Parts: sequence; structure tokens; C-alpha cells
Amino acid sequence: MSLPARVVTLVLAFLAVAAVAAFVVIHYFLGSPPTVDYSAGVTADTGATVHVVMQEDPQNTVSTHPDWVSYFIQNPQTHAWVHTTLFKVPAGSRIDMTVYGYDGCTPLRNPVFGEVTGTIGGVEYVDGKPTKALNSWSGCNVGHTFSIPGINLNVPMATPSNPNANLCSTSPCTSGPHKTITFSFMTPRTTGTYFWQCRVPCGGGFIDGFGGPMQTIGFMTGNMEVVS
Amino acid sequence: MAAPVADDAQGAASAGPNHGLRIFLIWLPIAVASVLLIWIVWGPHLPPGRMSTSAASQQWDILVLGVIAAPIMAFVLVFGIYSLIVWRHREGDDEDGPPIHGNTRIQATWIAVTTVIVLFLAGFGTYELAGTSFAGNGSGEGPSPIWKPTSGTPIQIQVIGQQWRWTYRYPQFGGFETTELEIPANVPVQFNVTSLDVIHSFWAYQLGVKADANPGVNNVAYTTATQLGKFVVRCDELCGLWHGAMVNYGKVVTLSAFRAWAAKTNVQLTAITKMLPPYSTTYDPTVVPQINKAMVKAGIAGANGYYYPPNDPVQP
Repeated sequence: MSLPARVVTLVLAFLAVAAVAAFVVIHYFLGSPPTVDYSAGVTADTGATVHVVMQEDPQNTVSTHPDWVSYFIQNPQTHAWVHTTLFKVPAGSRIDMTVYGYDGCTPLRNPVFGEVTGTIGGVEYVDGKPTKALNSWSGCNVGHTFSIPGINLNVPMATPSNPNANLCSTSPCTSGPHKTITFSFMTPRTTGTYFWQCRVPCGGGFIDGFGGPMQTIGFMTGNMEVVS
Repeated sequence: MAAPVADDAQGAASAGPNHGLRIFLIWLPIAVASVLLIWIVWGPHLPPGRMSTSAASQQWDILVLGVIAAPIMAFVLVFGIYSLIVWRHREGDDEDGPPIHGNTRIQATWIAVTTVIVLFLAGFGTYELAGTSFAGNGSGEGPSPIWKPTSGTPIQIQVIGQQWRWTYRYPQFGGFETTELEIPANVPVQFNVTSLDVIHSFWAYQLGVKADANPGVNNVAYTTATQLGKFVVRCDELCGLWHGAMVNYGKVVTLSAFRAWAAKTNVQLTAITKMLPPYSTTYDPTVVPQINKAMVKAGIAGANGYYYPPNDPVQP
């Protein structure tokens, strides 16, 4: 092989390796779901009310892991469902949250997290009915939880009344049996990132349900970014 | 060439200065000063503080380690610097040093001294591991602890680790479970540490308590808090995505305040306590016997309480 050919081959090989490395870094390490912004136009620390809307689905048909359960967050401007678990809210504000629970039941690992904590009044409303706790061990009635340990918030998500009903099979769900869960809480005055998670071991196909969506941002865990 | 230190060690006659004595005289004030500095100035501030008997005994251990290590480090430094200055190579001096042969007296002294030091430290370490009152030193002793508090009945607190939060159960006060950790001062506390999922490690830093939280295992650790105040609890075992955020704070309060808090919390949590499984030193959260009945009632085929499908892998 001539010298120019060898040089060109070497350069091409180097570029190929660099491209693969860049792809891995960008795709796997820097890649992140989008953040839904609920803070736009709201002044922090005024107690203003922000309405956050989410849904939890038995699957997601919009990612490379269609059999993973997942939360979706609604964009407040377009009302489109976004496959993400990252959202931004103003500090010192009241969050009125609505979650549409489309997924079926799985018992909590620790039934103590069947108790509603950290909400205004220590209560959630399941289809409008005030509820202070759900016993996931005595009834097939909890699908997931929405928990932010940093502010001691824990809300169990009720499941559709008829567990035999065909659950929604296309994400984001727009029809099918579901429960509407509403609750309110105050965001802290301290700005920062507060992680949230589901406490039901809902990673089907992984050891005791721990892996997969339970450990992946964008599915059953994420961040609430509190901004000023 | 200047005489090497081996000459002094062998007691060989030397017309030059006594390097051993020089090094000793330089080292002595540095060693004494460093020991006094560590003992008096730094010692009271060494981690993890003196909030409990176990923390105080760990602070004592670190202090002892410090005062043993400081003179040794000082000697290494003094010897090294002295060597660089006094025994450095000089222009025109290409002569070999004198050959060094064995010295029975030095070897015997070396073996005897190091044997005494090692045996002393082994004894000291064992004594300290047991705790000064043989009540444990804050570390997990497994399900059958050897060293237990000799006076008083310990307050039992079950520490339950789960991704990514600690909860605490108080079996002597109605069996309630909460995310708050309160302990009384001047009363022995028995932590029964376990996990519901992966391996965690319960680390109450200022209390000097650290015990692994293993699923299916009751790891017992004792301490007696001696100061009122707040302490931080961390997970010290990499346990998943939010391991770094598995932090909360505990409180040491007076015995009367603790009793009042426990009684109040027990009443507040009555409803949720009824949902909990009966108190046990360990739990198998993969089996929920009640759920089988509920699932059958709901028309879903149960499998003796195992709620994961048969094709899912289970914890080995």
C-alpha cells in the first residue's frame, strides 16, 4: 500500500473511532429527556398556583423499551404529552397535580408508603374522593406512587377499579380504564433539584422488579427542578 | 564520604559526628510537639465527635492512631531530610560505603519491640471493638451480637432500607413505622438493621453507628447517645440511581421527650400501622400472602402471594 493510501486509511480509521466515541458520549451519557417547564410566567415565592398534569401508563410505545411502564408529563402550553419525568416549577408555589392512573396494580414493597404524606391536608383525591391511605396488600388498588423524599411527599396512585379490564395499550394513553388522582403540595422556597420516584417495584422482567424503568430517568423516576 | 547511619547503629567507632543522636534530638521536639498538638488541639474535634458512646470511642481510636502515627511520620521526614542534607553526594567522593553485616542485638530488639507493639494493638483493638463498656462500638454485629449493653433495657429501633429511603419501626411503642428517627439520650439503643431490596448501609455519622442493611438479615448495632442534637443518616453502600440522595436526619432528645413523641406518633399512625406486616426482624417483601386473596377476588390468578410473574428473575 502506498504512503498516501496508508495515511488516508489511518485518518479514516481514527475518524471512525472518534465518531463512535462521540456517539456513545452524546447518546448514552449526555442524552436526557426534555424538561417540561411549568415555571414560565409564574413569579416564585408568591404562593401562585401551578397545575401540573401527568399520567402513568402500563407501557410506553414511544421509546426503545415499549414494555417498560412509564410516566408522561403534559406540556402546559401545547397540552401534548411528553415522554419525560423532568419538570420545572417555581419555588414557594402551590402545585395542583393531576395524575391519570392507567396502569394496573402491584403491591408496594413496604406498605407504609400507602400513606399520603406531604400534601396539603395530608390527602389525595381519587376520582374526587378524599383518601389518606391505600392498602396495596389487602386490595389490588395501587399501581405506582409519586414520591419526592426531599419534601416528604408520598402519594400512592390508585388503579382502575376493574383489574380485568383491558388496559390502555398505546402511549400516551388517551382512553381506557383509569383513575384520576389529584393532590396539592407546596414547593420549597429553597431552589434546587428534588428527585422523585415510584416506590412500587414495577420493573417487570428485572430482579424483583427493581431494575429497568425504576432506575431510569424518563420512566419511573425523575427530577422536579425548583427555580426562583 | 560521610559515615552512613549503619555505622552508628553498629556502634562502630567514628571520628565524625553522632548522626543517630543528632537525628534523635531533631526528631524529639517535633514528635512531642505533634503529639501534644494532636492530643490537645485536634483531638477534641476529630470525627465523628462525641455524641454517643460509640462515637466517643471511635474518636479515641483515631486519636490513638494519630499520636502513634505522628512521631513515626516525623521520624521518616527528619531522617529523609537529614539524609539529603548530610549524606548527599559530594564532588570527588566516589568511594563505596563500608559493608553492612548482621547485628543480632538490633535484630532481636527489632523483633521484640514490633511483637510487643503488634500484640498490644491487637489487644487494644479487640477491647475497643467490644466498646469500653463491652456494649458494642456502633458497628453491625450480625443477628447474634456478642457484645450487648450490660445495663438497662435497650430501646429497639428497626432500621429498614429501601431504594432510596430509610424508615424506622419502633416495636416497643406500638410497632409504628416512620421516616423520622428519634432516639433518647443516655439510654442504650439497639438498631435492628435490614433491607427490603438491595444492600444498603445505615450510617448514623455523628452517633458512630454503621451497619450494613442486607435483605433477609437482621444486623444489630448498639449505641448510647450522650448529647442532645441532630445527626445525619446516610447510606454507605452504593445502592442504585439515587444512592447519593439517600440521606435524612435523626434527633437525640431527652427520654421524656422521646416517650411523648413515640406515644403521639403511634396514635397519629394508627391507620397505617394496621396495614403493616407484623413486626419481624426481617421481611420477605417478594411474598405478600394477603395479595393472593385480593388478586383471586379480583379475578387475577395469584401464585401464593408471589406477585412477580414466573418468568421474572427472582433474588437469588
